[in-house]
Amino acid sequence: MTVLLHEDYIVERGDFKNAGKVSSTIKEKLKMIGIDAKILRRISIACYEAEINMLIHAWGGDISMDVSDDGTVRFVFKDPGPGIPDLDDAMTPGYSTASDDAREMGFGAGMGLPNIKKVSDSFDIASSPEGTTITLGFHL
Amino acid sequence: MKAREFFELVNAKPIVIYDEGLLDNEYTTVFASDLMSDALAMVSGDAEETVLITGLMNVQSLRTAEILDVKVILFVRGKKPNQAMIDMAEELQISMYGTDLMMFDTCGILYEHGINGMK
Repeated sequence: MTVLLHEDYIVERGDFKNAGKVSSTIKEKLKMIGIDAKILRRISIACYEAEINMLIHAWGGDISMDVSDDGTVRFVFKDPGPGIPDLDDAMTPGYSTASDDAREMGFGAGMGLPNIKKVSDSFDIASSPEGTTITLGFHL
Repeated sequence: MKAREFFELVNAKPIVIYDEGLLDNEYTTVFASDLMSDALAMVSGDAEETVLITGLMNVQSLRTAEILDVKVILFVRGKKPNQAMIDMAEELQISMYGTDLMMFDTCGILYEHGINGMK
């Protein structure tokens, strides 16, 4: 398997003004290489939710994207903490620990992680107080 | 339903019209919420025939529409966007309309005239 396209992005801590901008850039980049619109929408939704999570629940983070010649796109969302205390709770639709600030932005419905899992072809999450890493895969 | 009739029914006025041909487009469904997470979780099917109805007057409404490929947002409760939102709508090629009606009334009128929610 060869990586055809690799991109790294940074989500700055507390940069609510630009929330979603990285996902928008990823969408544009993948659109340019001709990814099917329905798959692209699923990818965009997952990226946007994960990016928002990095802002409202974590101290920013890094996003990497690999498009490979085996017809897959893989994303790794890695934040530096503070981690998710109970992953089972976090994966339950409707469960939310979002702040009032997040709710004012229109987020905090408790649908983020369940929705990311729903739209992805593969989903893996690991969390500790040192940070959370989400790895997503999509078949093109 | 043609967009022209859709907006007339709820007395909606244009804020930003990106696409002049928009008024002749057909719209069949709406998704109405102030929670963008819910929109991201629920909007499916042909987003280009869907109008996002919301009272959430900030750039995340536009960002959500962009991510979902929704081309029209109708803001309720008489809220007015700031210049940053207007600039962003133009950049993202999204049209924005506004009505003074409440969300419940807006949806009720549209439902009465055959517009449906998400299945």
